[in-house]
Amino acid sequence: MPKYEPILLKNMLQPGYAGSLAEYERAGGYQAIRKVLGKVNPADVTAVVMKSGLRGRGGAGFPTGVKWGFLPKDYQGPRYLCCNADESEPGTFKDRQLIERDPHQLLEGMLLACYAIGAASSYIYIRGEFVLGAKILEQAINDARAAGYVGKNIFGSNTSIDIWVHRGAGAYICGEETALLESLEGKRGLPRVKPPFPATHGLYNKPTVVNNVETLANLPHILNRGAEWFASIGSPPKSTGTRVFCVSGHVARPGNYEVPMGITFRELIYEQAGGMRGDKPLKAFIPGGASAPFLTPEHLDVKLDFESVALAGSMLGSGGVTVMEEGTDMVWAALRLMEFFYHESCGKCSPCREGSSWLVQIMRRIVNKRGQMSDLETLTDLCKNIAGRTVCAFGDAEVSPILSTIKHWRHEYVAMIRVAEAANLIRPEPVGTKH
Amino acid sequence: MLQDKYKNEIDDILSRYPVKRSALLPLLYMAQREQGYVTEAAMQEIAGILRLTPPQVYETATFYTMLNLKPVGTFHLQVCKSLMCALVGSDTVIGWISAKLGIKPGETTPDKLFTLSIVECLAACGTGPMMQVNDDYYERLTEEKLDRILADLRQTGTCSLKTGPFMWPEPAPAKPGA
Ligand SMILES: Cc1cc2nc3c(=O)[nH]c(=O)nc-3n(C[C@H](O)[C@H](O)[C@H](O)COP(=O)(O)O)c2cc1C
Ligand code: SF4
Ligand code: FES
Repeated sequence: MPKYEPILLKNMLQPGYAGSLAEYERAGGYQAIRKVLGKVNPADVTAVVMKSGLRGRGGAGFPTGVKWGFLPKDYQGPRYLCCNADESEPGTFKDRQLIERDPHQLLEGMLLACYAIGAASSYIYIRGEFVLGAKILEQAINDARAAGYVGKNIFGSNTSIDIWVHRGAGAYICGEETALLESLEGKRGLPRVKPPFPATHGLYNKPTVVNNVETLANLPHILNRGAEWFASIGSPPKSTGTRVFCVSGHVARPGNYEVPMGITFRELIYEQAGGMRGDKPLKAFIPGGASAPFLTPEHLDVKLDFESVALAGSMLGSGGVTVMEEGTDMVWAALRLMEFFYHESCGKCSPCREGSSWLVQIMRRIVNKRGQMSDLETLTDLCKNIAGRTVCAFGDAEVSPILSTIKHWRHEYVAMIRVAEAANLIRPEPVGTKH
Repeated sequence: MLQDKYKNEIDDILSRYPVKRSALLPLLYMAQREQGYVTEAAMQEIAGILRLTPPQVYETATFYTMLNLKPVGTFHLQVCKSLMCALVGSDTVIGWISAKLGIKPGETTPDKLFTLSIVECLAACGTGPMMQVNDDYYERLTEEKLDRILADLRQTGTCSLKTGPFMWPEPAPAKPGA
């Protein structure tokens, strides 16, 4: 198995590393911010990040430096950085590890981002269930504050940067950046209509950047080792650097694996994650969290980079790779994810709110062997009327399990419906009632 | 009253935000920590502290699944049933708990010790099946582990099988003397 140099997981892979401030500094931590603070122009920090090719690790893959560049240059009032640590996309569990095992790496990344965009206050919005993660972060911030690295005049400079932990309280949608901002403002987590974008009208209506944990954790390394170094890793020019892929499902060794972008799914699944548990054949996999369309064994040689996965008809998304073995019921699998989306729809827009409820009901009746052939068309129709017609990207996400399983495993839907027909059990339930 | 008991903590929370309303979730958590769930009286008080109307507080509180508006058992067992956990047996775990405690999802044991809930993904998908009990995660559950967790919770209120700082696959052990 090829060995790759870990970047983000490097410290925590050292035996005994517990992520304290002293250990982080011994491993070379807080050097990047020292190098940059007051010595490099903030705009030049942004330029380095732009040149590195770093793209957001939260899902959409937007170039980080470009995003920072959207902030108004001449705006005098406060600006904010929000670290998105909501990590709620089913299949994703990397931010949790980055936070709990090496919190200062994230804090240094946040200081660098704050310096680049001119933010004096920043918040880590962490999902409420991560009680341990929030405690670890609080402790790390307190230690950094005591050392003079966070707070007023950090590292003796005239720059002041504060970092606060803000716990969410159980709502997937708060990972969507504008819902996150609403939630941070003490409201229900309902996504905002964009534009305006957070870059101009974000937290408290002020210029704001929202970045994922993994995105921010890359920054100290980029500033330490240079944009060229980072841009040479992975699948340049468009997918640079490593990613921490979260492998789950029917593999022998599930877990977080940091590899350069551009290796194949075959290598990630069969070499890094130890192959299929019990050596059963692979039937399907999801390449980037619950929102990403399912792929088949034919796609195993697709490269794990943004463009290749998009070309294969799915998306790299959050980096959550879920593997399913032969024998997995694909209609059931799609229903499980659909139930998730139904539960998590925030209810702001009707295609998503009503549509998710209808989709769950139709899927349930197919799985319960009470479906009818026309259900397939109804499902497809509903999906097409949700995607692209909602306030946030949740609408596009929620239809992907159903559409992609109908595309690749239509025969499984048909077989279930045939059973219903044969048993003459067709008792269509009216759509739209309570369930 | 929260204000009498936690004045300093409340002031500290308020100092973090330029707009008072941002302190709403932290204060609702404080109320829940105090009484086990968010009472109407607490919501009224929080509204007063933040200069909001009680409906504004209620509106936010009802959006978030982790805020309990009704009492729950001493130990709130929350089993993840999303796809990745389901692939590795979460439904079986729910069945075990139901059978062992004699409660269905959404119910609380008569002694008010355990509440069973089924929840969506908790970001532990590579180490499923899993559950959260109050603040702690328990992962890679087996029936044997589950028996021990329930027994330990009953006896001591906690269980050493809970997950510490997360890393999976597990890191190499530290060499002695290194
Ligand atoms: C429904 C939905 C849920 C999301 N959940 C998360 C999440 O849990 N964590 C995250 O970092 N980004 C999430 N995102 C993406 C964010 O909106 C945003 O793009 C991201 O935080 C930006 O950071 P990045 O540029 O560093 O990736 C979600 C987006 C949508 C539409
Ligand atoms: S698409 Fe769904 S989650 Fe997004 S705003 Fe509309 S209702 Fe809410
Ligand atoms: S699917 Fe259960 S923790 Fe993610």
